[in-house]
Amino acid sequence: MQVPILKQGGYLIASIQSVLTDADLLCLRDSLAERVGQFRSRGVIIDVTVLDVIDSFATRTLRAIAHMLKLLGAETVIVGIQPDVAFAMVQLGLTLQGVGTALDLEEGLSYLGDGGGQ
Amino acid sequence: MEPEIRVVINTATDIVTARHRGRALASDLGFNGSELTIVATAISEVARNIVDHAIQGEIVLGRGQQSGKCGIVITARDRGPGICDVAQAMQYGYSTGKGLGVGLPGAKWLMDEFFIDTKIGEGTTVIMKKWLKRP
Repeated sequence: MQVPILKQGGYLIASIQSVLTDADLLCLRDSLAERVGQFRSRGVIIDVTVLDVIDSFATRTLRAIAHMLKLLGAETVIVGIQPDVAFAMVQLGLTLQGVGTALDLEEGLSYLGDGGGQ
Repeated sequence: MEPEIRVVINTATDIVTARHRGRALASDLGFNGSELTIVATAISEVARNIVDHAIQGEIVLGRGQQSGKCGIVITARDRGPGICDVAQAMQYGYSTGKGLGVGLPGAKWLMDEFFIDTKIGEGTTVIMKKWLKRP
C-alpha cells in the first residue's frame, strides 16, 4: 500500500493510510527522497496516526528517513504517534532521537514554520 | 478452550498478520488499550527475529492459565541456525548487524514472562506470556 505524498507550499506531507509492511516503509523512504529533490522541499511531515504498532524496524526506518532527508536539506517531523504506541516504544527503549515530533498535523506544520524547532 | 492460532512466518508481510491476529486474540481474552499495543509490539519483534535470522518459522497464539492467572501465550518457533550466545542475544543493543539489537530483549521487557530455548543447527523457540491484571 503506497503512502500518498502531498505537496503543501514548501513542505511535503506523507499521510500513512493503513498498516505498513516493511517494504511499504522502505518504499516511502525512497519516494520521499525523490520528491524532496523534485520539489526542493524544506520540510517533510510524516503522519503515523493510523499505525497501531511502531516496532524497532519502523523506528529505525523512520529515523533513517529523517536523517537522510536532513542530508538533502529537509527537516522531518513525525506527527500523530498514539499514546499507547508511545508507551510501548518507551517500554522497548525506542527513541526517535534527532527526529522532530509533534502532536498532530497542525502542530507539525507550526513546528516546521518555526524553523524545525531550532 | 479455543484452539490455538497458528501463523506461518515466511516474509515481512507475515509479521503484520501475526501481530494483527495476536491483537485480536488479546482483545478477546480481555486485554485492553495499551496492553493490546504492547502484545502486538512484542509479537512484531519476535516475528521479525524469525524473518531476519531463520527465514521460516511460525507464531502460535493461545490462551494460558497458571496459578489463577489468565492471559495470552505467544510461542515463536523456527528451524533456523539457532543462537550461539543467548546471553549476548538478550543484551540490549547487541545486534548481528541488521537491526537495532532491541528485538528479543525488548520483547522480554514488554511481556510478563519470557523463555528462550535454542539449539545450534536446529532452531529457536521463544515462549512469552502476558497475564491479565485483576482489578
